[in-house]
Amino acid sequence: MSRLEICFNELKAKGQKALVPFVTAGDPSGSFTLSCMHAMVKAGANVIELGVPFSDPMADGQVIQRASERALDAGMTLVGVLNIVKSFRKTDQKTPIVLMGYLNPIEFMGYEAFASEAEIAGVDGVLTVDIPPEESKELTQAYKAHGIAPIFLLSPTSTVERIKKVANVAEGYIYYVSLKGVTGSANLELSEINEKVSIIKQHTNIPVAIGFGVKTADIASDIAKIGDAVVVGSALINCITDHDGTSKAEQAVFDLLNSMRLAMDANATK
Amino acid sequence: MNDSEKQAAIEDYNLPDDTGHFGPYGGVFVAESLMESIEELNNAYKKYMQDPLFLKELDADLQNYVGRPSPVYHAERLSVENGGAQIYLKREDLNHTGAHKINNTIGQALLAKRMGKTRIIAETGAGQHGVATATVAARLGLECVVYMGAEDIQRQAPNVYRMKLLGAEVVSVTSGSQTLKDALNEAMRDWVTNIDTTYYIIGTVAGPHPYPAMVRDFQTIIGREGRQQMLDKTGHLPDALVACVGGGSNAIGLFYPFIGDKSVDIYGVEAAGLGIETGQHSAPLAAGRPGVLHGNRTYIMADDNGSIIETHSISAGLDYPGVGPEHSWLKDIGRANYVGIKDDEALDAFHTLTMVEGIIPALESSHAVAYALKLAKTMDKDQTILVNLSGRGDKDIFTIAKLEGIEL
Repeated sequence: MSRLEICFNELKAKGQKALVPFVTAGDPSGSFTLSCMHAMVKAGANVIELGVPFSDPMADGQVIQRASERALDAGMTLVGVLNIVKSFRKTDQKTPIVLMGYLNPIEFMGYEAFASEAEIAGVDGVLTVDIPPEESKELTQAYKAHGIAPIFLLSPTSTVERIKKVANVAEGYIYYVSLKGVTGSANLELSEINEKVSIIKQHTNIPVAIGFGVKTADIASDIAKIGDAVVVGSALINCITDHDGTSKAEQAVFDLLNSMRLAMDANATK
Repeated sequence: MNDSEKQAAIEDYNLPDDTGHFGPYGGVFVAESLMESIEELNNAYKKYMQDPLFLKELDADLQNYVGRPSPVYHAERLSVENGGAQIYLKREDLNHTGAHKINNTIGQALLAKRMGKTRIIAETGAGQHGVATATVAARLGLECVVYMGAEDIQRQAPNVYRMKLLGAEVVSVTSGSQTLKDALNEAMRDWVTNIDTTYYIIGTVAGPHPYPAMVRDFQTIIGREGRQQMLDKTGHLPDALVACVGGGSNAIGLFYPFIGDKSVDIYGVEAAGLGIETGQHSAPLAAGRPGVLHGNRTYIMADDNGSIIETHSISAGLDYPGVGPEHSWLKDIGRANYVGIKDDEALDAFHTLTMVEGIIPALESSHAVAYALKLAKTMDKDQTILVNLSGRGDKDIFTIAKLEGIEL
C-alpha cells in the first residue's frame, strides 16, 4: 500500500480528516522549507503539498505568484525541490509528499526521468495544474510505473462527464477546487461545495481533498465536514511573508495549522 | 523527421486534429477550471463557422467596418532601388485601427455575443490587439477589460489612451516580467474567476485549442485575398511570402491559404533583437525548444529548469517567449522557414519604406520588410514577394524618436 493510502486509511479509522498544508518550495529558501515541513507535521499535517516554483503560474493568485517569484529568485528548481524531499525523507518516512506545479519544468526534465527521480526522492504524488486528463496519458503512465499517484483537479464547472474522466485516471486523492477563481480567492459557498463533492463521491472511491480559499480554523473545520482532506496554502504563505521567513514564520505556520487541526478534530468527536 | 515524413505531412495538411494538435504541438494545457468553458467555446466556434448567418454578418463587418478587402500594393520604387524581386505589400495597415488584429477581434466578439457573454477581456503587448478589442467592444456595447504589462504601458502610452477613450478599463500587470506573457497570465486568471459572464479574446494564434485554429481562421482572410489579388495583378502566385512572427497571427493568416502551393516559399521573421547570440531576442523558433506555455505545446524560450525567460525586441508586439503551435509544426515539417531580423535592421527598413514609398510601417511589420529586402536581392527581378504589412507605424513614432534622441 502507498503512503497516501495508508495515511487516509489510518485517518478514516480514527474518524479524522486529513490536513494538507501547501507551501512553495524554496520560499524564501530551501532550508526554511525543509525545517517548515517538519514543523507542519508536528502541528498536525497529514500530507504535505510542495509547490514547485514556475515563472508563469496561471492558476495562482497573487500570494502564490509572489512566493514562486521569491523561490525562483533564490535559485529553486525542480531538482532542488526533489533534493528537499530527499532530505525530509531522512527523518520522516511516513508523511506523504505531493508536488504541485506546472508542466513545463517536467517537460524539460522529461517525463520518465522526472518520475524516476521523484520515486527515488520519496515523492508520493504529483499534481500538475495545467495538464487535464485528455493530455496526460503519457505522463500518467510514467507516474504509475514509478508508484507515484497522478493527482488531478476538479472544479465547480466540472460536468459529470469530466468528473468521470478524472476519476478514471486519478490516484491518491482528487483535489476539488472550491471556488471559481485562482488560489487564495474570496468566499466559499459551503452548500455548493457540499453538493458538488457528493456528486464527485458517486464516481470515485479515492479521497476528495478541498482547497482554494481555506484561510481560518473555522473554514477548515467546515470544509472537513464535507471532504476527506482540507488543503491550506495561501494563508500559510502569508504567515511566512509576514515574518520574512524567520523562525517566527515557522511558529506562525505551526500555530495556524495547529488551530486548524484542533478545529477539525473537534468535528470528529462531536 | 525524415524527408518523406515531412513531405507526407505537407501533402495532406489538415490541422489541427480533433483534439487540437498540430503534430506534437498545440493541445489544451489548462487548469481543470477552464476546461468546461473551453469546450463550450470550441462547440460555439465549430457551430458558428458553419452558420451562414454568422458568416454573413462577419463578412459585412469586415467590408463595411474594417474596410476590407485591403489592397495589395506593388512597391515599385522600393523594388527598383533595392534590386532583385518585385515586392508587393498586403496593406493590413489600412484596416480600421491600423493593423490586422481587428480581423480576429471582430470575429471573436461576434462569437461572444452569440454565446451570450456580456464582458470581454483581452491581453495586449504593443496595444494593437487591446485597441482592436476595445473598438469592437465599444461597437457591440460590451464591457471591456484589457490586461497590459506595466512596462508595455510605459512603452505604448498612446494606445493605452486610445483604449481608455474607447471605454475599456486598462489593468496594469506588475507580476513577472511585466510584459505580454504576464498580461496573458492575468487575463487567464480573470477568465477563470468570471467564467460565467466573460469571453476572453486572445489576440494571437496561441493559447489552448481552439484559439490557435480559431484565430487563424479569422486571419486567413489576409491570405485568401492576397492570393487572388496576386493572381489578378501578376497572373501567377508570388514566389515567396514574408511576414513577421511574434505569436504569429498575421503570419499564419497570410501563409495558411498557400500551404498547398509548393511553388511558394514561406518565410516567417522572428525578432532577433540585439542578435540571437546575445540571448537578447524574441526568437523561440530559432533559439528555443519545445515546451508548454499558455495552454499549448510549442517552441518557447525558457531556462534549463523550465522557467520562461525574459525576451527582448524593439517591437513590443514581437516581445513574446512563445509562438503559435502551428508555426512550430510548419517549422518541423519544413514547409515554412523561420528567420531572424535584428532591432537595427528593422529600424533601417522602417526608414527605408517610409522614405521610399511614403508608408510608415509598424516596427513589427518592419521586421518583415527588412527580410523581404534581403531576400529580394537573391531573386530575379521578374520574381515576386508578397509581404504582410501587418500594421501601421504611427504608434511607434514615439519609440523611434526617443531612440534617435528626439523629444516630441
